[in-house]
Order: sequence, then C-alpha cells, then structure tokens
Amino acid sequence: MNPIRKKRLTLIGLMVAGIGVATWLALNAFDENLMFFFSPSEVAEGKAPTAHPFRIGGLVETDSVKRKPDGLTTAFSVTDNAEAVTVEYTGILPDLFREGQGIVAMGQLNQDGIFVASEVLAKHDENYMPPEVAASLKTAHDDGVNKMQSQVSVQ
Amino acid sequence: MIPELGHFALILSLCLAVTQAVVPLVGSYTRTTSWMAASRTLAWGQFVFLSISLIILTNAFLANDFSVIYVAQHGNTKLPDMYKISAVWGAHEGSLLLWAFLLAAWSVAIASFSRNLPLEMVSRVLSVMGMISIGFLLFMLLTSNPFDRTFPVPFEGGELNPMLQDLGLAIHPPMLYMGYVGFSVAFAFAIAALLGGRLDASWARWSRPWTTVAWVFLTLGIVLGSWWAYYELGWGGWWFWDPVENASFLPWLVGTALIHSLAVTEKRGAFKSWTVLLAISAFSLSLLGTFLVRSGVLTSVHSFASDPARGVFILIFLLVVIGGSLLLYTWRAPYISGGGRFDLISRETFLLGNNLLLSVFAALVLLGTLAPLIYDALELGKISVGFPWFNKMFLLTTPFLALLMGIGSLSRWKHAEPSLLVKQLRVAFVISLLFGLLSLLPVFSGGNWLVGLGMGLAMWVATAHLVNLRDRLKHKHGFAGFWVDFKSGGRSYYGMLLAHLGVAVFIVGITMVSNFGYENDVRMSPGDVSEIAGHEFLFEGVNQIAGPNYNANRGRFQVTKDGEHIATLEPEKRTYFVQTRPMTEAAIDWGFTRDLYVSLGEPLGGGDWSLRLYYKPYVRWIWLGGVLMGLGGILAITDRRYRTARVRSAEAVNTAGVAPAVSGR
Repeated sequence: MNPIRKKRLTLIGLMVAGIGVATWLALNAFDENLMFFFSPSEVAEGKAPTAHPFRIGGLVETDSVKRKPDGLTTAFSVTDNAEAVTVEYTGILPDLFREGQGIVAMGQLNQDGIFVASEVLAKHDENYMPPEVAASLKTAHDDGVNKMQSQVSVQ
Repeated sequence: MIPELGHFALILSLCLAVTQAVVPLVGSYTRTTSWMAASRTLAWGQFVFLSISLIILTNAFLANDFSVIYVAQHGNTKLPDMYKISAVWGAHEGSLLLWAFLLAAWSVAIASFSRNLPLEMVSRVLSVMGMISIGFLLFMLLTSNPFDRTFPVPFEGGELNPMLQDLGLAIHPPMLYMGYVGFSVAFAFAIAALLGGRLDASWARWSRPWTTVAWVFLTLGIVLGSWWAYYELGWGGWWFWDPVENASFLPWLVGTALIHSLAVTEKRGAFKSWTVLLAISAFSLSLLGTFLVRSGVLTSVHSFASDPARGVFILIFLLVVIGGSLLLYTWRAPYISGGGRFDLISRETFLLGNNLLLSVFAALVLLGTLAPLIYDALELGKISVGFPWFNKMFLLTTPFLALLMGIGSLSRWKHAEPSLLVKQLRVAFVISLLFGLLSLLPVFSGGNWLVGLGMGLAMWVATAHLVNLRDRLKHKHGFAGFWVDFKSGGRSYYGMLLAHLGVAVFIVGITMVSNFGYENDVRMSPGDVSEIAGHEFLFEGVNQIAGPNYNANRGRFQVTKDGEHIATLEPEKRTYFVQTRPMTEAAIDWGFTRDLYVSLGEPLGGGDWSLRLYYKPYVRWIWLGGVLMGLGGILAITDRRYRTARVRSAEAVNTAGVAPAVSGR
C-alpha cells in the first residue's frame, strides 16, 4: 500500500468512525427526548403513557381556569370537545393563554389522572391553531358525527 | 388605481425574469455577446419594477389604503409610521415581495460589481438568479398577491401583530432575508460553474466575497432575532430550537461550512465538488426555511396562520431547485478535477474536520426539525423533539469545532509540522486547561464540568488565536517593523481573527447564562422585596398608562444591591386597541456582565401580581459574539486581495480563451 493511499485511508477511517459515534449518540438520545402528542380523548381512553412525559393539546375549556391559593398554580381543563383532561401548571402562563384558545402543554400524568404541565404554549397568532390540536378536534368531531349517525341508523 | 400599477409592475418583473433566465444563458452557449450583455440590463429592469412594487405597497400602508386586503389586514391608521413601513414585510405576501426585491437587488449588485468577471460567467450567474426570481414571482402572483383588493373597503385596518411592533423586529426579517437570498448568489455561481464546466480556483475566488456577505447578513439577522425574542417575548429565553429558528440556523451552519470550504478551493484548488454541494445545500436549506415558516406544517411558537396551497407551491419549487441542481451536479461532477494533495496534518485536514462537524450538526438539527413531519407521514404518531436533545447535539459537536479552530487557523496549508504545532500551542493549551480547572473550584461552579468545558474552550480559542497573531507580528522589530507586520496580515486575516474571537465570546456567554442564570417566578404585593443573586427587587405596584395605540399596566421596581440603588425597572403589560390581547414588555437593566430582567405575569387581585425576576449573567456576550463574527466577515470582504485578484483571474481567463475546463492545480 503506498503512503498516500494509506494516509487517505486513515483520514477516511477517522471520519467514518467520528460520524458513526456521533450518529450512535444522537439516535440514542433521540428516543429519550421524543415526546408524543395525545388528544384528551386518547388520554381518556388510557392510550397515553403514565410514566413518561408527553404533550397534550386542545382548547382551554370555558370557565375551567382556577387559581390555587399560592397564586402561581393554575388548574384548567383541556378539551377536544369530546373529552377533557385537567391540567395543572405552576408558573406564569403565556400572554395568549385564555379560555377557548388552543394550547399545547408538555408534562406528565400523576396518579390522580391530572396532567402536571412543565410548559404551556399558546401561539403568537390568535387565528393560529396548532396542527395537532386542529387534527384532534376534527377527529373528535368526526367521531361524534359517526356516533350520532350510527345511533340514528340503529333507531 | 395605484395598487394595480404595483401588480402590473410585478407581472412585468416576471416577464423580465423569464427573459433574464433564458436569453443570457442561450447567449453564453452561442457566444452572442449582445445576448449575454443583456443580462445586466435585464437585472436592472427587474430591480426597477420590483422597487416600484415595493414603494407602492409601502405607500398603501402609509396612506392607509384599506382597499388593499393586505393593508387592511396588517395596517392601521393609529400605527406609528415606522411600523407602517415594517408592516410591509410583517406578513406573508409582503415578505415575499421583499424577498423578490432583495433577489433583484443582489442581481443588480452582481451586474454592477462584476466588471472583472468574464461576461460568460456573469450572464450564467444572472440567468440562474432569473430562474429563482421566476419561482418567487410566480408564487406571489399565483397564491399570494399583496395587491389584491377588497370590497367594501373597511374603515379601519386590522393592525400589525403587536409582537412585531418593535424596532428589532422591524429590521430582523430584511437582514435574515438578505442572508437567505444572498446564498442564492453562491448557488448561482456554483450552478453557472457547473453549466460552464469551469470549476476552478477563480470560480471560488469570485463567489467567496459574495458568500461571505450573505453569511454576514444571516449571522446578524439571527443575532437580532435572538435578541428580539429575549426582550420581547417576556420570558428571557434567547434560543428555543424552534423549527422556525432552526430554519435560519440550518443555512447558517451549512453557510459557515461553505465559507471555510471555499477558502480551501480558492487557495488550494481542493474540495471542489464538496464546495459545490455545500453551495447547493445552503440555498436549498434557505428555501426549506421559507417552506417551514410559511406553510405552517410544523408546530412552532412562531407559526402564523397560513395557507396549505402555498406550502404545496414551495414544496414543488423546492423539488425543482434541489432536484435540478443535483441532477446537474451528478452529470458534471465526474469532470471536476481533483485538488492539490495534502498531508494528514495540514490546514486542509482541519478545515475538512470543521466542514464535517458543521455538516453533521446541520444534519442532526435537520433530523430533529423534520422528525415530526416524518413520523406523521409514516403514521408513527404525532411527536416533537424536545430541546434538551438539540442542546445535547450542540454539546456533541461544538467542543470539537472549538478545538479544531485553535489548531486549524495556526497550521500551514499542505503540510503542518506536528512538533511545531505542539511547540506553538502548548502554552495556550496549558492556560486553557488551568482556566477550565479553575472554574471548577467551589467558589466558582463547584465541579460543574460543563462550566469547566465551556470556559476552557473559550480560553483555548482566544489564546490559540493570540499565539497566531503574535507569530504574525514577531518578524520585524520596532514600531515601523510592527506596522509592516501588521499590514502584511491583510484584512481577511484580521477578519478571521475577529470572527473566531467572537466564537470565544459566544461560548463564554452561553456557558455563563446557562449555568449561573437565575429565574424566579414569584407572587408579590406592592412593598414586597424579593432577592435574586444578591440583588433586591422592591415591587412598588402597578399603574395604568396610555400609549399611542395601546393601554398598559406599568409596574415599578427599585433594585438595590448591598443597599446601593442599581436601577428602576418599569415592565409593562400592554393591550393593543385592535388586536385586543395582552403583550408583555419586559424591563431590563442591561450590563456588560449581567442583565436584570423583570416582566409582569398576571394580576392576582388586591394589587398582587405574578412576576418573573431573572438574573442573566453575561447574556450580552452571546450576541456580542455573533456581532463580532459578523464584523469579522465584513472585514474579510473589504480585503483588497479580492479586487486585485479578481482583475488578475479575469485576465488569466481571457488570455486562456474559452478553454472548457481549467484543471485544478
């Protein structure tokens, strides 16, 4: 093997090894940090994990926002117009958080089935609906329509 | 009537763009000088008509012409004039017009500052720019015309999103767009070179200053955006790994790789294929960025309501650009000659390392950004990738980048003597190691290895470049000799030093603010005192005030440290008249080594408020680092080498006649 080729092979070997290690580390960490999205209906059906954080999204139910006595903890219901899940959050809510608004929260379910949020996101644009929320609202709506239709056909 | 003229000017620009795309290109193959020369005139023509469009739209905002839908949606009689102007690019249609206008401005800049370039090259570059312009103008005319009218005419407009009513954000999009669009120049140069089959050192020399200018704009644009998010969003964050931020960061990463790889291609004739690929990627990622921001396919704090039909258009456009250029690349790549040889320990190798790390990082960020789309398309569920992952990826790649930066800038082209490198860098290495270890002491961080790593690396980058500078200045003695040495460096050398120093400053900033920052969400009554990081915040209560187009609650804080008055902070919670939603205006006492940051949460009754009190050490260094990088870039492009070199290479090409491919050296 001539020296130039040897050098080139060393360089390529180093590059491949480096990229290999980086990819391995990256993909490993990737799974840990992956957060799935569940709609309130899916949470009600028990599809959401209980030991792992996930995201939940929907509309903040009207008249559901209640403040705890410590002043910084807020409890509210997130709904997809079919099911609702109670969310608790300690901290300052975003400016655009209000009843009837679409939001996405990150956090984990506790034993009582309350979603303890570590972060609540509302969007910059008041006409904007997070795509997941829009999709889950639509699914819940379609399910509702189907249910009604099947009830009608049974009758 | 006037808005129709704007619309008409857009259509004319499209006609000119089509001509600009076709005629000079055909001319460059048939060797028709007049056809090639037309490219300059056509670029000017497009620029003139797009300027007219932009002026007419601006005027519609200033004159409150609410018969134009776009103005009715985003303009308002009560809006201050400055924000009426920035409202022009405050939303989708107008920002596209700005994009097309900037593309035309870049084309005109090429047409004007390319007297030293062979006409054939200029005509091909401008033709490619014309093709890109066709895409954007068609997009605008077919899906998002800013001059569409509405009837009946509303009495009052909808108002610009209050969040965007801010000086920082008034100039942030144009800066970012200058960067995005600027990469189209690097792209156009690469495509023109592929078309002509002439991928040589002179091609790299021509496109290098242009690429650097684009990179400078993108850098400063990102810095501005980050700074804006910090003071305007009211929660003190400066980077969220949000898809829209990633959309600007991806072209930046690849663009940074590109300016380094162009250096190798210019100086050593190596990495040619790679450089072309990077130029294509940088521009494609800029387009992808537009797609991500404008289509609304990804959940993002920045997402604005948008129309899926537009997303489909951009997607098709993206496929044509990427697919077309990659096809051309695979067709031409086998004819690209190899570059100069280099040893394992040489500047080339270190720059290759830099390129690999930047590309791997970019690929990882791209993966994290697109993963939600991929999972959704494969019906694996709706996911998001948490920002801890992105932070990990940052930590996985950047330390190596910083390490290589110190060695690479000091080593020689082709072959660097390892023993010499060790001799030059051992002092810097020991100092950095000690500095890193020192920061681990209990008084500082108490063994937080991230602090040690960050401080050590920042010191390493700084000291290694100081060694570099000392070597440059040590040849001659006396003041006159020093001056001769100083000038021998050339501005691009000092630009490199400054930009790399910016990296060191940036590393200090993120290390300090991520590890020593304090964030405290509290409930306070008037008269309460809250302490963070040795600063006492006395809350004096909240008053009502009236602004030009909003009402606000204004809080008042007196901050003291050791009994000494430091600052009076007045954060606001505004409610704008038209879009009646609250907006947080944080109050910041800024300093070189720390920021004190207060923002209002919500009223809790009885004069009590929920409040955010933050202590952000060295947070300014993050943006200072970015600004230094940008200044370094500016310094580098003013290097007179480019002007003289361009004359020389143009002559060389002219005397060589129409050699189809000048092989690398």
